[in-house]
Amino acid sequence: MSQIAIRANKLGKQYRIGAPVARYQTLRELVSERFSSPVLRSRQDEKNNHIWAIRDISFEVEQGQVLGVIGRNGAGKSTLLKVLSRVTHPTEGYAEIHGRVGSLLEVGTGFHPELTGRENIYLNGAILGMKRTEIDRKFDEIVDFSEVEKFIDTPVKRYSSGMYLRLAFAVAAHLEPEILVVDEVLAVGDAEFQRKCLGKMSDVAQQGRTVLFVSHNMSAILRLTEETLVIEKGRVVMRAPSAQAVDYYLSKGFSQEGQRLWREDEIPASAYPFRPHSIRVLNPAGVVSDTLRSVEPVTIEMEYFLDAAVTGLRVGIYLLSTRGEFIFTSFDTDAVDQFERYAVRRAGHYISRCKIPANFLNEGRFVIGVNASAYRVKRYFHDEQALSFNVDAAGAPGMQWPEPRMGSVRPLLEWQIESV
Amino acid sequence: MEKTLSINQDDIPVTIIRPSGGWSLIHLSDLWRYRELIYFMTWRDIKVRYKQTLLGAAWAILRPFLTMVVFSIFFGELAGVPSDGVPYPIFTFAALLPWELFAHALSVGSRSLVQNSNMITKVYFPRLILPLASVLAGVVDFFFAFLVLIGMMIYYGIAPTPAVWTLPLYLLLTIVTAMGVSLWLSAMNVLYRDVGYVTPFLTQFWLFITPIAYGASLVPEQWRFLYAINPMVGVVNGFRWALLGLENAAPNQMLLISIGVSLLVLISGLFYFRRMERQFADMV
Repeated sequence: MSQIAIRANKLGKQYRIGAPVARYQTLRELVSERFSSPVLRSRQDEKNNHIWAIRDISFEVEQGQVLGVIGRNGAGKSTLLKVLSRVTHPTEGYAEIHGRVGSLLEVGTGFHPELTGRENIYLNGAILGMKRTEIDRKFDEIVDFSEVEKFIDTPVKRYSSGMYLRLAFAVAAHLEPEILVVDEVLAVGDAEFQRKCLGKMSDVAQQGRTVLFVSHNMSAILRLTEETLVIEKGRVVMRAPSAQAVDYYLSKGFSQEGQRLWREDEIPASAYPFRPHSIRVLNPAGVVSDTLRSVEPVTIEMEYFLDAAVTGLRVGIYLLSTRGEFIFTSFDTDAVDQFERYAVRRAGHYISRCKIPANFLNEGRFVIGVNASAYRVKRYFHDEQALSFNVDAAGAPGMQWPEPRMGSVRPLLEWQIESV
Repeated sequence: MEKTLSINQDDIPVTIIRPSGGWSLIHLSDLWRYRELIYFMTWRDIKVRYKQTLLGAAWAILRPFLTMVVFSIFFGELAGVPSDGVPYPIFTFAALLPWELFAHALSVGSRSLVQNSNMITKVYFPRLILPLASVLAGVVDFFFAFLVLIGMMIYYGIAPTPAVWTLPLYLLLTIVTAMGVSLWLSAMNVLYRDVGYVTPFLTQFWLFITPIAYGASLVPEQWRFLYAINPMVGVVNGFRWALLGLENAAPNQMLLISIGVSLLVLISGLFYFRRMERQFADMV
């Protein structure tokens, strides 16, 4: 019989929104509010001012289990982790935690820029709940992992952001709590470092520790977890073996995101006669989606109006990595026949649609930019960050080796092996 | 599954998370478990305070020393405030020592939660550690400044009285008072940033109602009890009595009032802090 590590029972957390919630109150606001509504605010009012970030969350985690948690932004994943790691209090329900909880909600918490790397290791370790002797014992290992030994006695304010992150993660990774709560820390650093972090995570899991792992990276979820909770609008909608949960999450298309609409006031006057309406990414089923699969084609649609005819117009997209590197640029009149057919585009309502083939993009987050211009005449409209979307590599070529692949593209190439 | 559990089942602490309501006292056991963090946070506050300053830790001495010089010129010399038979500079410096500790704790302690908001919203630890560490860090400054006092006593040829052993008790009373006020101010500051504006004014006001530039004997007899509600009155009198042997500052019922008020502030502060604590991460 396995022991229970976490038992959550009907956990709920309510936040107050609306009027008196401004980031913080001042006494004057409090006083004036009391004056303007001398009678206690009605129950109805109270209700409208509150939202449940999570509600009715019940689940159990056995000791040694690695449980994934997935859900859209704002679904309540982070709130759940904050409640379980005691950062914030639940409004209702209760949870039983067997063991110390180490949380990696964000690495580098409590790092002080004026202190040296060495000093910050001790300070951060203590904040994360390590004993001093424990830090002494692991100090060399931490420094080694972080690869900053040369600068260990330099104030961290002189570190590059990469060094800073590596040091911060190194301390966190050497925590040895019975329960580890991880939120997206794998998203930091370069590919090489990410691989190291992922390795460290599976080590932790193999030592029989309980891990609660929140991520948007479906491949990491599949690689590291056996079971996964899907959270939607603050509630657990599914708990299943990870492959099944990821499949459900991805196929649901979680619309709304994956599309960008331009408001009138976002369009500069100089764009005339070009008037962008929307841009969206679609999965093969034609559903607008924020997360797409590497193994399936991705359709990108740009919808716009022309308020007058334009000669030589080309509407195109840039694809960029989240670090801002261009992956490619492509226009709707790249092909010669299209170019000739649309030499003059008449006023009207248009959609320019392109398809990124299957087995082309690597996993990760991508940014789409928009460019509507006439070559050497005028750039009508330009937005380098119109929309972003995720690509998931589940099932992609080479997934038999569970490692992140370098590069933004992951094409399926034709290989021949010849013995000579 | 042949996983080897490297965890000893027996000493796994069980934490129950549930909504907390009403008034409850601080978890002392929790504070004890995090005692090393108290040490590290205090150490950080000390270490960081004078970084990138020209004079560094000398500021710990300069602040009370310069105040003493100014007071001696304006109150001692020009205004002719009586100093109960000892040289005015040492009369006022003995009072400035605990006062600097108190005033410093107020200004740093009241900001401690807000300034460390990134820690509060990311990790769990007893929040009480933040104001506590700010107050304790001030004690180190106190000892630096105390060296100057010893030097001045040698210079003026004043030997400490046999009652000098009570000095740690007065120091403790200062810390208790500072802690109590810091608890109130830091927790209120999370919700009402007005505290940031009120604190300097409060400190200045408090300086005047504490016998630092003058002696407590200047206060008319019938007001003494009201005066003693300020715990710093008991502290300052205690310092002057234990160090300089001023008989009219000897402990009496006034000291009891000071101690009582100080404990009241501390205990009510603990309750208030505890009550507000569960909102910190959401409100800060």
